[in-house]
Amino acid sequence: MDIPYTVEARPDTGLYNAKVGIWLFLASEVMLFGALFSAYILLRVGAPAGYWPEGWLNVPLGTLNTMVLITSSITTVMAWASLKMHQFGRFKLFHAITLLMALTFLSIKSYEYHDKFTHFEILLKDGRFADGHIIERAPDHIVIHGRIVNDEKALYNLHEKHIQLKEVTIQRSQIKSMERYGPWHNTYCALYFTLTGLHALHVIGGAIVIGFLWGPGSKLWETDPERFTNRVEVSGLFWHFVDLVWIFLFPVLYLL
Amino acid sequence: MQATATEAFPHSGAHAAHHQEAGFLRTYVFSTDHKMIGLQYGFTALCFLLFGFFLMLMMRWQIAHPGKPVPIMGPMLASLLGNVAANGIISPDLYNSFGAMHGTIMVFLAIVPLAFAAFGNYLVPLQIGAPDMAFPRVNMASYQFYVLGGTVMFFSFFIPGGAAQAGWTSYPPLAEVVQTNGQTFWLIGMIFLISSSLLGAVNFIATVIQLRAPGMTWMRLPFFVWAQFVTAFLLLLAFPPLEAAGILQLMDKVAGTSFFLPTGLAVGGKLAHISGGGSPLLWQHLFWFLAHPEVYVLILPAMGIVAEIIANNTRKPIWGYKSLVYSVLTIGFLSFIVWAHHMYLTGMGTKIATFFQTTTMLISIPSVIILTCMFISLWGGSIRFNTPMLFVMAFLPMFGIGGLTGLPLGLSYSDIYLHDTYYVIAHFHYIVAPGTIFAIFAGIYYWFPKITGRFMNEFWGKIHFWGSLIFMNLIFQPMFAQGMAGMLRRMADGGANYSGAKTPDTVGGLSPFIMGLHTWILWAAVGLALVQIPFVINLFWSIKHGPETHSDNPWDSTTLEWQTPTPPPHGNFATAPLVYRGPYEYSVPGHERDFTPQNEPDPACEPSPA
Repeated sequence: MDIPYTVEARPDTGLYNAKVGIWLFLASEVMLFGALFSAYILLRVGAPAGYWPEGWLNVPLGTLNTMVLITSSITTVMAWASLKMHQFGRFKLFHAITLLMALTFLSIKSYEYHDKFTHFEILLKDGRFADGHIIERAPDHIVIHGRIVNDEKALYNLHEKHIQLKEVTIQRSQIKSMERYGPWHNTYCALYFTLTGLHALHVIGGAIVIGFLWGPGSKLWETDPERFTNRVEVSGLFWHFVDLVWIFLFPVLYLL
Repeated sequence: MQATATEAFPHSGAHAAHHQEAGFLRTYVFSTDHKMIGLQYGFTALCFLLFGFFLMLMMRWQIAHPGKPVPIMGPMLASLLGNVAANGIISPDLYNSFGAMHGTIMVFLAIVPLAFAAFGNYLVPLQIGAPDMAFPRVNMASYQFYVLGGTVMFFSFFIPGGAAQAGWTSYPPLAEVVQTNGQTFWLIGMIFLISSSLLGAVNFIATVIQLRAPGMTWMRLPFFVWAQFVTAFLLLLAFPPLEAAGILQLMDKVAGTSFFLPTGLAVGGKLAHISGGGSPLLWQHLFWFLAHPEVYVLILPAMGIVAEIIANNTRKPIWGYKSLVYSVLTIGFLSFIVWAHHMYLTGMGTKIATFFQTTTMLISIPSVIILTCMFISLWGGSIRFNTPMLFVMAFLPMFGIGGLTGLPLGLSYSDIYLHDTYYVIAHFHYIVAPGTIFAIFAGIYYWFPKITGRFMNEFWGKIHFWGSLIFMNLIFQPMFAQGMAGMLRRMADGGANYSGAKTPDTVGGLSPFIMGLHTWILWAAVGLALVQIPFVINLFWSIKHGPETHSDNPWDSTTLEWQTPTPPPHGNFATAPLVYRGPYEYSVPGHERDFTPQNEPDPACEPSPA
């Protein structure tokens, strides 16, 4: 006896096995990210007033990345629809764009990560705070592109328009401690890196699967086109979910 | 392959021969056959069950005789673990490790893999008339993740500083400020185990939805399948929040974040160098959001096993099949909204406590319905008292004790006193030990003939049963008294510092009687270990030397797993089964035999494709 409904749909459920499987898997993924978003809400509600960072992320870049992912979702549907219409060449074209978009998304994300990891908050011995990107390191001093503030609270809200960034030279002897904007920096950074990092892992996983189906896996089209189309559909459902998670992450981390 | 099977199913011999070409690795290690995966799960989990039990034995020695070297095992501990077990004495650190790992191993590596993964994998496809699970390779991956997780957990004992020490609940900040890597290992192990459960759960649900044989409608599913189906949903939806929590705690451990570390946390008298702003309560919410449904993951498959064995051995249909199905679905739903009854002492407020008390009392209703249906099923039956049935008969009152003693813990007034005492330990062990483990034993004795074509020895089975029943009660019954006397759990000296003997002028010190119960429990635990010896020998001896069954259906059962060759070949059924009737048609009036298998054609009824 062979396992039934691996390709054709079961009459009473209207689904083939893998489609049931991927929907169930996505349900568990909803719970995974749901728990993380709950953690975000609880930690943000518990944060002291005025100390939740605002405007720390680059909204135009985030918007661009959102557009990139939405485009990739469209091409994913088009790739699947092309297979349904037996147009293998168009499938190759559309999924090539999907993969390109995935790569673009990850590149932009890496740029944003890099920006955060080279961003320093420096506590000076006189109690003031210097904040910015280091552009020069000398044995006795460093030069940052940023600013110096008296109250740490001023670093949290970057929505104000009159913030002027300029080159500031700081003597090493003045520095009490300095810290990168890594996940250890504060709760917001921790959430930002954990949530987007886990999302990026999903993007990488999805891109590997789609890349396989685009490259070596596409040989199946010649021997079993229906099964291949199903695989493209299932991987596409996962890709849409990854896209959807970003649709929530973007406003929560960039805009709110 | 049994001779009888070959006669009954002429095609099965050729079928089996075709698959015997697969090598040793493909057959036993990287198998994609649901039955082999079920057996792999079963064997590995039984090993972990024994290992977790030995951890407990050593802890019981330490509790009864604090600071004295462990007999027999002591020198081995000292040579394997070094300083933490110097001279064979269990240090408080090691005791904490054993406590944390006993809980973790028993829950995540022994009971769930046995009750859900082992029995479910072997039986669910057979009972619904399917050739295999829906995704055989995912199934294999699920087992491999489980082994990986188990390996990480096991080897964490041997890293410097030893295994995790903060209890199976791993509450931060304590879990995170212990200066060893045990907790990191624990978290990585848990992430593997959770991934394994998720893959398994997806597979089970898809299998039940998609692969039911023609005519196997939802209301013709054996209750065991229903129980596994709901269990799979609990795992699917409740485990991911713990995975999220595990990832967050791992970030705290390795990336320096402060998800669960509050501002102003002091460690060892000094302000910790952390960014702060985290919430320890967040962990508790995420943890218990899994861990309460997990309790039902432990018990529902056991109830499924019990229902099958009761119906078979009373030769009667299970009483109230539909009530059972709706009850198990209700439990599944309600189990997601009771988690904070573990958190009454966190100061979350009386209004929220009231909500969770209400849902907790509500969830006891379907549980009682299930237990009542099982009891009524016995009424008027001509009961066969074989070993599986004895275990099941003991399950009913034992689970009853475990369930009823849970009510005071579900109400915040009484829980504030009983919280974190031995009473809690006694309560949940009554559910899991003489509850779920008895059901697992019953299931092993009951389905052993299907797996091997031989029975297990009845005499030694009964010794195993009576010994286990008596000793388990001797172990757990005194703990109720200890807990009500105020003895806290998790103390490496068994509460000696709070005893009346040590602080004679204090009101409410633990009395000599309460402290003396430790010795009693220790020897009962040793007794429990001894009566498992016949079981282990019986299990292995009977594979080759047990009495032969001479039939594919030795218990005269109605469900589909018995209508296959013995053992079922790859692909399970010689011909695709058609289902004509419900799962428990025992003693139907006017029939020649007292059981009517589900696939026996019924001229009045054609199987529908659903």
